[in-house]
Parts: sequence; structure tokens; C-alpha cells
Amino acid sequence: MSTKNWPLWEVFVRSKNGLEHRHCGSLHAADEEMALENARDVYTRRSEGVSIWVVESKHITASNPEHNGELFEPAQDKVYRHPTFYDLPDEVKHM
Amino acid sequence: MKNETLYKYILGIADNSLILGQRLGELTGHGPSLETDIACTNMSLDLFGQVRSYFQYAAKIAGDDRTEDTIAMLRKERDYVNVLLVEQPNRNFAYTMARQFLFDVYHLLFLQELQKSKDLTLAAIANKSIKEVRYHLRFSSDWVKRLGDGTTESHQKMQDAMDGLWTYTDELFHQTEADKAMVHEGIGVDVTALKETYYKKVNEILSEATLEIPESKYFQKGGKQGIHTEYMGYLLAELQYMQRAYPNMEW
Repeated sequence: MSTKNWPLWEVFVRSKNGLEHRHCGSLHAADEEMALENARDVYTRRSEGVSIWVVESKHITASNPEHNGELFEPAQDKVYRHPTFYDLPDEVKHM
Repeated sequence: MKNETLYKYILGIADNSLILGQRLGELTGHGPSLETDIACTNMSLDLFGQVRSYFQYAAKIAGDDRTEDTIAMLRKERDYVNVLLVEQPNRNFAYTMARQFLFDVYHLLFLQELQKSKDLTLAAIANKSIKEVRYHLRFSSDWVKRLGDGTTESHQKMQDAMDGLWTYTDELFHQTEADKAMVHEGIGVDVTALKETYYKKVNEILSEATLEIPESKYFQKGGKQGIHTEYMGYLLAELQYMQRAYPNMEW
């Protein structure tokens, strides 16, 4: 098998009761249809009511860990930037 | 046995899944890619799951000391009534996918009808299995198209596979005595009525896959009567070895 024609795909799955798609791994496939089928076999065991997203890895742009300082740290030392001072009623889940 | 005809009828359905499952299982670790390997094993497991449901039901009907295991493992070649198509060897991936496709189209049509059976257990098994078989057909027809419409070499291999297996397709629509009796009682599926739709569906996919529809005037038959091709004995020798060597063991 030549991996040249079998690019890497990232797989995101939303489980039956899940709220959002989570990244659960990657796999090789020749195109998006095959990627979906493979993802269904490898990652979902065909549970019903799940949603699968596949995206070819080359389409994902990742942030550079070297830039963590300027990207993420400034927000952390200013508490007023985070909405942490509200009391949430129990009925509101998943905030 | 009170209902021997129903028992025989169930074996006629289940043996197909058992033998095809065994063939697919042989490929574990030998698929062309990790992903296809997992898919073939998955389909094999689906088929074995179906077989268990059928054989458990058959054992109940038999009402003696037979179990799902003895029905699967201790019959001789002549007692297996699967169609010849499913016992054909894997040869190469095109051959495996062609065999799968030619059976899946039939299997789906068959289960759609079996869901309407007056026998509620059979209808329930059909209802459970049909979801799996829809996936099998999706997978196999996808590969027939990929290989048929792929490279010159893959096209040739898929065409050879179809030409080689075509002779086993007509048997799918032959009725055994048990079939006829069960159709009469509203339990069984009239397979003769599926033939036209089957070839229409198969021809559609073959055209999409840029493959020639094989022409054959002669068709092989015999599996449903227990008369098998030369591959079957070897398959069973491997499948049954452990049970034959250590009878009545618990596992």
C-alpha cells in the first residue's frame, strides 16, 4: 500500500448523548467516504446516533507552542476577563 | 423433531452467513490496509452474530441435546446447505469484495422479505441483521466501484473476479423443498421473486464501476443440496478441527 494516496485524516466523534464533537484519533483513507467508513469501524463500533466528522489533516492549522506566551498567557492574570463570579443555578449544565 | 422443515429452512439461511463469516475471518491481518482489515473482520463478526441467533433458534426447535455449537461444528460437508458462492476462496481482494457484493445484494433483499415472516423470531433476527447487511453492501459496492473504476490492473482484477463468480449467482434463487414449504406457510421468503431486482441492482453497480456484465448460460448449483465445491471440505476441516479433536470440551 502506498501511503502517498492514503493521506491522514483526523476524526471527530459526537457520541449519542454527547454535546460536541471530540477529536478521538486519526486514520489513513483514500478519500472522505472511505475515511468515514473507517472511522465508523475503528472509533464508534457502529453505535447508533453518533455523528462523525472527518477532516484531512492538512486542512488543520495548529497554533505554535512557541507562541503560547503571547497567545494564551496575557488572559490568565486578569481575573475580570473570566466570567467566574456568577452563581449558576444547578439546572444550567455544561457551561 | 416436530418441525423439521423449519429447522432445515433456518440452516439454509444461517449456513450462508457462517461460511462467508469464516472466509472473511481468514483475512484477519491480511487486508490491504489496516482499515480494510478491520472492516472485513467487522463484517465477519456481524455474520457470526447472525449465525448464533439462527442456530440458537434452530437448537430450540430441534429440542434435543443439539446446541448452537454442535450445529455449527459437528455437521459433515454434505449437511451444510450454504450456497456455493460464499464458500469460494479469497484469492485476492477484488475476488473477496466481488463475492461479498454478489452476496450482500441478495442478503439485503432476502432480509427485507424475511422481516415480514409470520415466524416472529425469524422476523426479529432479520430486523436486527438488516442494519448490518446494509453496511456490508455499502462497503462492498463501494469497493467494486473503486477497483472497477480504478487503475487498469484493478479494473482487470475486478472484472476477472466478477466473471469467475458469476456462475454461482443463479443458485441464490433456487428453492429447496424446505423453502417451498415455508413460503407456503408464510414463514419463508420466496427467493425466486427476488431474482429480477437482484440482477437489476447488480448490473447498476457494475455499470457504475465500468465493468462488463458477465454473460453466462451455465450456472453452478448444488450447495443448497449439500453438494459443494472442492473448497468446502478444507474450510470445514480447519473450522471444525478443535471440536473433532476434543469433543464435548467446554470453551
